[in-house]
Amino acid sequence: MSVIEISCLEIWREISNYVDDDVAPELRARMEAHFKSCAHCKAVLDGTKNVVKLVADGVEYELPGGFSDRLYRKIKGK
Amino acid sequence: MGVPKPRLEVSEAELIRRVCQGDKEAFYGLVRPYERAVYVAAVSILNNPADAEEVAQEAVFKAFAHLAGFRAEAKFSTWLIQITINEARARLRKDRRHLYESIDEQRTDEEGDYSPKDFADWREIPSETLKRDELRNALKRALASLPLKYREVLILRDIQNLSIEETAEILGISEGNVKTRLLRARLQMRDALAPGIDGSWSTGKPEYKKVRPW
Repeated sequence: MSVIEISCLEIWREISNYVDDDVAPELRARMEAHFKSCAHCKAVLDGTKNVVKLVADGVEYELPGGFSDRLYRKIKGK
Repeated sequence: MGVPKPRLEVSEAELIRRVCQGDKEAFYGLVRPYERAVYVAAVSILNNPADAEEVAQEAVFKAFAHLAGFRAEAKFSTWLIQITINEARARLRKDRRHLYESIDEQRTDEEGDYSPKDFADWREIPSETLKRDELRNALKRALASLPLKYREVLILRDIQNLSIEETAEILGISEGNVKTRLLRARLQMRDALAPGIDGSWSTGKPEYKKVRPW
């Protein structure tokens, strides 16, 4: 079964949706066929997946110490 | 961290009812589960913990003041984060350093495609070679280098794990717009974090050069 080719530009447009498993099956098949033969797009895909994982795991914003207490006291004072 | 949280004894709707009757303690109970989300929304926009805490408090007070007008069918957390983002943007407008950023250009459709700038293969993943705090700093710098409208979407979707639908509602844009901005945010983060030509991340100085300010 042959799939219709897809351009790199179209790949880049859909790559974020692809990573989120949010593309229609036919488009998904076309993209997967493309990744098999295009090293650049495969690199972009891997990098994008890595970024999503890094951002999810690695960006930690700690609540400043005492944040809750200060907020609570200010609410009480209002 | 394996202990499950005890179920709330009182529902949100009940807490809201009590707050509208003047119970301030109930308001703290209402807001408490979302403290971190509110702070993260603020600090991701402002990049400054002190400002972010002030803005977080202002957002909470604003929610308190307008609680009577809150529609019960809506999600309280969505509404609260929406207020927070608006307060953070308002603070940014006042800050002269950010005059060059178009804070108000939120509703235009995205034009043009974003082309990835770097095709190097990540032979090493930064998390394997950088120490945890170096990585966290590199990520924060990369995040801070993104245009505001991309940064907001990345925070809400990939850090706070809100749905496309919720993100769209909070930012007041279409779901299609959320997806386009998320695409650009992720590709720009990728370019900002891309390793050097030889595909490797090195510890010690110049990996921070790779977080290119745009």
